[in-house]
This record gives sequence, C-alpha cells and structure tokens, in this order.
Amino acid sequence: MVAIIDYDVGNLFSLHSSLKMVGADAVVTSDKDVISSADRIILPGVGAFGDAALKLRETGLYEVILNEASRGKKIMGICLGMQLLFKKSFEYGEHCGLGLLEGQVVSMHGRLPESLKIPHIGWNGLHFSKKSDLLKYVKENDCVYFVHSFYAENCEDSLVATTDYGREITAMVEKDNISGCQFHPEKSGLVGLSILKAFCEGG
Amino acid sequence: MITKRIIPCLDVKNGRVVKGVNFEGISDVSSPVELAKYYSESGADELVFYDITASFEERKLFTDILREVASEIFIPLTVGGGINTIEDFDRVLKCGADKVSVNSGAIKNPSLISEAAKKYGNQCVVISADVKRVDGVFRVFSKGGRENTGMEAVSWIKRCVDMGAGEVVVNSIDTDGVKKGFDIEMLSAVLDAVDVPVIASGGAGGINDFVELFEKLPSIDAGLAASIFHFGEVTIQGLKDELYKNGINVRLN
Repeated sequence: MVAIIDYDVGNLFSLHSSLKMVGADAVVTSDKDVISSADRIILPGVGAFGDAALKLRETGLYEVILNEASRGKKIMGICLGMQLLFKKSFEYGEHCGLGLLEGQVVSMHGRLPESLKIPHIGWNGLHFSKKSDLLKYVKENDCVYFVHSFYAENCEDSLVATTDYGREITAMVEKDNISGCQFHPEKSGLVGLSILKAFCEGG
Repeated sequence: MITKRIIPCLDVKNGRVVKGVNFEGISDVSSPVELAKYYSESGADELVFYDITASFEERKLFTDILREVASEIFIPLTVGGGINTIEDFDRVLKCGADKVSVNSGAIKNPSLISEAAKKYGNQCVVISADVKRVDGVFRVFSKGGRENTGMEAVSWIKRCVDMGAGEVVVNSIDTDGVKKGFDIEMLSAVLDAVDVPVIASGGAGGINDFVELFEKLPSIDAGLAASIFHFGEVTIQGLKDELYKNGINVRLN
C-alpha cells in the first residue's frame, strides 16, 4: 500500500488517481498508523516551504516520516515534497527541512538568465545524471511537467536527473530509499505514470 | 529547454462538449472524457475546460465530468467559466483541476485574484482576458466578449499579474473566428508588460499560424485553439511535427 501524506497542502486528487492508474493500492491519509503500515510513502506539496515544514512539525508527521525513512521505507517527495527532503531552504528566510538528503533549496531569482520567466512552468526534458530504477521506463530528453520557483542545489550526492532552464535545474533525486521529483509525475502523461509505476514496483 | 505548449480548449454544456467534433476512432464525439483522452494521447500539453452552463444543477454535472476526466487524464487541466468566488475555485480544484481561469469574475471583483493566489498559489490562478480594439485602443470586454468594460487591456492584465495571477490567456476578439492567425500585435504588447507565461488565443486557422506565432514571439509560452482541433483540420501531432521541423521546441513524447 502507498500512503500519500495529507497535511493540507494542495490537491491530491490527481496524484491519488494516477497511482490507482498504475495499479497501486494508494490511500490519502494523515493517520500515523496507516503511514507506518504502508510499504511506500509519497510526500506531496505545493505552496510555501516554511508553512509546509511547520505543518509537518505541528501534526507530528515530521517524526513519522523520519522514523519510516530510518526503517528503510521507500519515500518519494513530489515538488515541494521533494524540497522538504533536504536539509535547508532559503525560501523567504531560512527553514529546516527533513534533512534526509544533502543539499539546499534556493530561489531561481538572480540565478537564471533574465529573459527566462519565473516560475518555471511547463514541459521540459529530463537529462540523466545517474542510473536510477525509477527512470527505467524513461528515455533521455522525455518531457515532464514543472511548476516551481525554487530548486535544490548542492545535491550531487542524490542527483539522478536534471532539466535545462537557463542552467541545470535539479529534476529528480534518489539516494537509497529516499527519492524526489521536482516535477509533477501525476501531471506528466505516460512518462510521469511510468515513474510512479517504477516507484511502486519491486521490494 | 522548456517546450512551447499546445492547448486545446473544450466548451462543456450539460456534461457534453459543444461544437461538433469529427474524428475517426472516437465513439462518442461529445463526451468530454473521450475527447480529453484523445487529445491527451495525441500530444496535447494541457487541456482547458470551459464551463458554459448556467444553472446550479448543470454546474454540478460539470464538476462530476471534471472529476471523471481528472481520474483518467494525467496532464494539466485548466478550468474556466463561471468562476466568481473562492468557493468556485475550491469546487473545481477538488475535482482535479490544476489551474483556474478567471475572466468576468475578476472584472466584477478584482480581489478574487489576490485572494485565490494567496490561498492556492499564483501558479493556480490564470487571468483570461477578452480583448478588442476600440478606436485603436485595446479594451477589455466582459460577459463572453459582449460588453466593453472601458478598461485598457494591457494595464488591466498587468494589474492582475501584480495581484497574483500566474499566467495570462489573451483572447483577441478581433482575430477570433477569423482563422487568419493570432493577434501578434496585441500579444506582443502584453508580453512586453508582464513576466509570467502568456498563452495566445483567437485566430488559429492552420499550422502556419502557430509557426508564425512562435517565430514572431519567441517569448510566448503556448497557443490555444478550439475549432481547428475539434474539426480535425489540424491534428496536434501533425502540428507539433511541423513546429519541430521549423526549429520550435515542442514536446514529442
């Protein structure tokens, strides 16, 4: 069973539907026991890093995620959920994330050529940095759907794919049982579904 | 590098797509789910569903349909039509919409944009403007293009972006339905004024109109059209192949 963590940030309808589409038994839940009994966890999220991190702490889900991570459970963060896996974010101040991955989250402002629009919205190609089972059905340069203004950097340790938006932008990370997509696999057509399928497969 | 988006727009009334559609291989040409699937499979980068119903009962039917589409189609979905309140945002977002497009609702109550952006994020709020030249000035029209609001269009759009709209759809009433190409002059004026994605609408008559759009306006993000796709005059795959041949970056997977 895949537990999609519900902590009141964003709309989980499509994510839930997309997991059902790839044959996964998925539940949207904030129940700690359900999350602990799941064999996989997805941490979604849209909105501001600081608010989301605070919500995870207030609800006690922060500890649940860390605990399950240390037990070796497969965890995937999506969009803001991926950013929360890192140690630190500089989105409007400085905030601590879950610290499951090395790296930090920074703004695109001032780091992109001026002609590029922020947020980075739309379909952009994936470029592989490292082999990952999550990308086993994906080809180099397949497009996925991004919507974000912040991105992870200094995460070479876990980086598996980047995208080109005036510079290399972290698109996907994976280290041991912890993975994340900056893009929305649930909105990325067949390519996105294949990544979710790969996440749900195997032991 | 980021690709240019091609977006078909579907008008839905009483749970059906209006304006006849004529494709082989689709058993039910006015089923929003069937059509959405067809477009998604043929390479559409996003879909816009426009609710043109009026009554409460019909509106409920629209959200039921939207939920059905969103449970089977996994590309971004934008919903427009009849969005006047935060509750309207909530209603369609819960059914799987990713973005909500506001038009007359924002003209009546501009703070709808800032409230929605605060609650759901800028990326969720699309300002859609129907624009027409009146005595040489771009004016915003409301109520489906029937009523001149008297507002100058570029400053209105800029104001909406400043309030939090994360994307702009510019529908030129002057070129809409004429099928002689997008309104390059109007779009250019908007692109100069805002730094969020801008989607061109109104005037597509064929593949060359899209080539012209992306060549003349390198910073335009997407082209939206309805009838040329519905009537099968242009297939999305055919359009994208041609754009690619012309050196325009599009998603082909």
